[in-house]
Amino acid sequence: MRYSGWQVIKQGLTGNRGWKPAWRDPAPKAEYDVVIIGGGGHGLATAYYLAKEHGLTNIAVLEKGYLGGGNVGRNTTIVRANYGLEGNSQFYSHSLKLWEGLEQDLNYNVMHSQRGIVNLFHSDGQRDAYARRGNMMMSQGDDAILLDREGCRKLMPFLDYEQTRFPIFGGLYHKRGGTARHDAVAWGYARGADQRGVDLIQKCEVTGIDVENGKVVGVQTSRGAIRAKKVAMCAAGRSGQVAAMAGMRLPIESTVLQAFVTEGLKPVIDNVITYGMGHFYISQSDKGGLVFGGDIDFYASYASRGNLPMMEHVMEAGMTLMPMIGKAKLLRSWGGIMDMSSDGSPIIDKTHIDGLYVNAGWCYGGFKATPASGHCYAHLIATDRPHEAATRHRLDRFNTGRIMDEESKGSQHNLH
Amino acid sequence: MRIKCPLCGDRDSREFTPMGHETYMNRPDDEGWSPAWDNYLHLRDNPAGVTRELWYHGAGCTSWLRVERDTVTHDILRVELASDAKRGNA
Repeated sequence: MRYSGWQVIKQGLTGNRGWKPAWRDPAPKAEYDVVIIGGGGHGLATAYYLAKEHGLTNIAVLEKGYLGGGNVGRNTTIVRANYGLEGNSQFYSHSLKLWEGLEQDLNYNVMHSQRGIVNLFHSDGQRDAYARRGNMMMSQGDDAILLDREGCRKLMPFLDYEQTRFPIFGGLYHKRGGTARHDAVAWGYARGADQRGVDLIQKCEVTGIDVENGKVVGVQTSRGAIRAKKVAMCAAGRSGQVAAMAGMRLPIESTVLQAFVTEGLKPVIDNVITYGMGHFYISQSDKGGLVFGGDIDFYASYASRGNLPMMEHVMEAGMTLMPMIGKAKLLRSWGGIMDMSSDGSPIIDKTHIDGLYVNAGWCYGGFKATPASGHCYAHLIATDRPHEAATRHRLDRFNTGRIMDEESKGSQHNLH
Repeated sequence: MRIKCPLCGDRDSREFTPMGHETYMNRPDDEGWSPAWDNYLHLRDNPAGVTRELWYHGAGCTSWLRVERDTVTHDILRVELASDAKRGNA
């Protein structure tokens, strides 16, 4: 069924009895051309673009829980293309362009809202760094505006401009950045893939990857063995365990990142705001809750919940930046498992096993990458060549020294 | 999360900084780049379960500790001085 305003009126006048489930619930077949391990945003997007752009439809997406139950449903929903590093810059620019056409493409309302992102800076040195970043964004063809303090005050009068410790000097304004409804992104891709014949198989955990003579031949699952010509790993957060089934070790450690949401409030924060001197970023959801987060908890974790010290740290940073949020009541907090790569950038590549592909290491930035990740991964799986927007996200870059260290911290696990 | 430092006793985890997997205790001897360095800096088993890590007790005795910890439950299973652990490993 094609969704439209007319459909809403028609269904409304006929008691809403015509709505059908958005995707089927098929049993796994014995063999597929491509099996994708992981039914999150990236896995579903990969299946969608494989079907839509490469004409492959004999595909299964295997998900051990339910579709979109991982990090695509547990993030802070920010979409942006303000990267500076060669390789990342092209990739996230490609992603933002896909975002801008996504709702028409999927015929699904993902509530993509280009409300703008402001990265605040708090010193002369940081202003220079952000001006440089803005120039890099513009040279890539994206948008950036350097705001002074008064420019920031017009957009965000509620910030504490008078604080003496970290006075606000201005901000880098990326107007095309914003947010999207995270669950809807997973659902939209799931529906689009299903309509093109992809089997989305839930509650089907992959327990082994079958390799014969250096070539992948299928997977073992909790619902039986499935043969496959190609197998695509796409289980960020759990990439280490999935890769271990193929005897691989990845340059990845899993950690926990917490996020928080307050009770629903009237519209007060129009943009996404990031604090340049503390680990804190915030936006307001369409439902009214203030959604905010900080940095990872910094130790390896699969617990999906964080500890109090980082929570306190985030609250303190928030109070320093905008004291008004002290009046809001915190409603919920949650933790997501992050695939932290040692240089802070993701991996989309082939492996040493013929027909086995890896998509991993999204750190805390996987959501905004969802369309481009799926698009580039599908291109790689279908053609065995990297997409031009993802040529540098190689698995061997750590060993060859071609690391992608966006924050210039070094390529070591405790640094990102 | 509380960590029982062998020198200071049971302390708040805020006194400590995690450094990462205990791989960092065994720095390769190779002078040039080698697969050993790739293993040391990058590649990890990344277990969901028991792991051993280096933690630094910066706001306490400033010792390096080897902490055995469960990454699923956050339980701290064993804490020893990294220097003792290294001697034990050798």
